[in-house]
Amino acid sequence: MKVTAQLDRRFRDAAAAAGDLDVGYDLVETPIGEIFVATTAAGLCRISYDPEPEGLVENLARRIGVRVLRAPRSVDETRRQLDEYFGRRRRDFDLAIDLRVDEGFSRRVLDELAHVPYGEVTTYGELARRAEHPRAARAVGTIMNRNPIPIVLPCHRVVGASGSLTGYGGGLERKEALLRLEGAIL
Amino acid sequence: MGVVATIPPFESFYVEHRDAVFGFLARRLGRTAAEDAFQETFLRALRAYGRLEHGRHLRAWVFTIAARVAIDASKRQSRDAVSLADEPAGEDSPPAYLELEHLAEELPATERAAVVLRYGYDLPYAEIGAALGSSADAARQAASSGIRRLRRKEGLA
Repeated sequence: MKVTAQLDRRFRDAAAAAGDLDVGYDLVETPIGEIFVATTAAGLCRISYDPEPEGLVENLARRIGVRVLRAPRSVDETRRQLDEYFGRRRRDFDLAIDLRVDEGFSRRVLDELAHVPYGEVTTYGELARRAEHPRAARAVGTIMNRNPIPIVLPCHRVVGASGSLTGYGGGLERKEALLRLEGAIL
Repeated sequence: MGVVATIPPFESFYVEHRDAVFGFLARRLGRTAAEDAFQETFLRALRAYGRLEHGRHLRAWVFTIAARVAIDASKRQSRDAVSLADEPAGEDSPPAYLELEHLAEELPATERAAVVLRYGYDLPYAEIGAALGSSADAARQAASSGIRRLRRKEGLA
């Protein structure tokens, strides 16, 4: 006997409210496409442009815990702030971040990245300098490419020394769209 | 099926078994009561899921939880129907399914599930076969070889 959409949703809401999930996730509609958003009790842990969540879910289950469930309520606050950001009503995200697996240099780079302000750009080399490894621009590029929480950790604001957009995990069109939204490029 | 039965993400487990569990509860309790019992079953499963040691027999495992939730729900239903004064006093021995789960702990997983679901929860073999991903006949065989093994172990006649 098929579970109705209503009953299914009721369970998913109850599971999010019960606080027994390792990870709750949902797909969130944005002007640059549907994105995958996942949170733990400690905070936002993953955003991905990959529209096929199965691999992401498996990966989160391995890394964080097997109790991973699509639970729209658990990402409500993130969804609200993303809506505001894309509606130009928010410049800074006010969300707890759960980066538990990132340590050492990448952690430092991502912490510095979080401080690059809305509407501005910086370079891979400059970010390397701020993380106290001035010659590690290439490593910074790799770290940006693997950024677990794009948009909120604004790797789209990091460009090449010549000012070229260089690359983006979600594709250059998205990087361009985000910078245009923020008024960093025309 | 892989050699090592890794535990799937709860999402996959839930999606795979939700319709069968709901069908079972609806047959036992009626559709309306089954909705509450469905939620309770998967909330209990979620609570215990992080402590699982392997991903084998998850269908049987969740049916065991559902069967227990159904028993609790029908107890509540009959308690609502009968006044408290009519309840027999002082009968505190554990219910059959708890004793049986304890006894059957060391049986191979399939036999254990078949014995507990048949004799502890009174499920028909067709239902148990569905829960174990096999047939009614296979469930009957698993239950009877489980019982034989228990008798040998406990020295019961």
